[in-house]
Amino acid sequence: MTTTQTAPAVVPDFGDDAEDRKICFICSKGNLDMAYPALIMANGALTEGVEVDIFFTFWGMDMINKGTWNDLQFSMLGNTAMHMPGSTKHIPQGLGGLPGMTGYATSMLKKQIADLDVPEVPEFLEMLHDMGARLWACKMSADMMDLSLDDLYEGVEDIINVNDFIELSEGAQTLFV
Amino acid sequence: MSQATIAGTEVAVDEEGFMTVYDEWTEDLGGALASNIGIEMTDRHWEAIRFLRDDFKAQGETPTLRRVTTAAGIPTKDLFQLFPKKPAKKMAYVAGLPKPKGCV
Repeated sequence: MTTTQTAPAVVPDFGDDAEDRKICFICSKGNLDMAYPALIMANGALTEGVEVDIFFTFWGMDMINKGTWNDLQFSMLGNTAMHMPGSTKHIPQGLGGLPGMTGYATSMLKKQIADLDVPEVPEFLEMLHDMGARLWACKMSADMMDLSLDDLYEGVEDIINVNDFIELSEGAQTLFV
Repeated sequence: MSQATIAGTEVAVDEEGFMTVYDEWTEDLGGALASNIGIEMTDRHWEAIRFLRDDFKAQGETPTLRRVTTAAGIPTKDLFQLFPKKPAKKMAYVAGLPKPKGCV
């Protein structure tokens, strides 16, 4: 039985007076499928009013390198969770090594992501930047890959070393992806 | 479900205070809900809220922040200025709609 009662109007607590919460994400992968987890969680955090810093390192540099960020790839190789479309049957690993399979798997994944109206990586980063996320590139990775700020998305604040990152992540929850 | 009186009107709300019946909402109530959370409505605020109302009616679910940006053309940055900190939830509250379910 449903009971109804009249009560003084309750106002939702949107946490406006809560202490500032902060999350740092470390993006270390350059595969298309591994680019998304941090971006989606960062988006969720920002819409919850949480302060967000994202640090890109090693292969994660491909996410902010203007030469590669729009061309991240998804490989079936090494991913035993790949199934035949609409089935729970596993795709044999060997198929992933056939010529053209990475391109095919990438375009399939991109289509599935676009169908959910989730943006591609460059647009996603611009969106997060607009929402107030601060993006940082790793100094050692930039040196290794011979990259300067000019090679990176303009929304990247700076190339910083690990000490800078440890300093700026003080008190934050930190997630390594 | 419980009833609450907002701006002199009795309406159905959930335990957090979000209105639960689409047709009970009016713009007067929207203004009162906004002032409950410290927001003074301007034309820019109403543009977003009216989009939420229309889109919910058409799609059957509350649009996410990204959808408000892409389909209504209101930049994400502006939404954060209009409805600070938690724009998606605050807009849904003012528009008398459930919180958005989508992740992005």
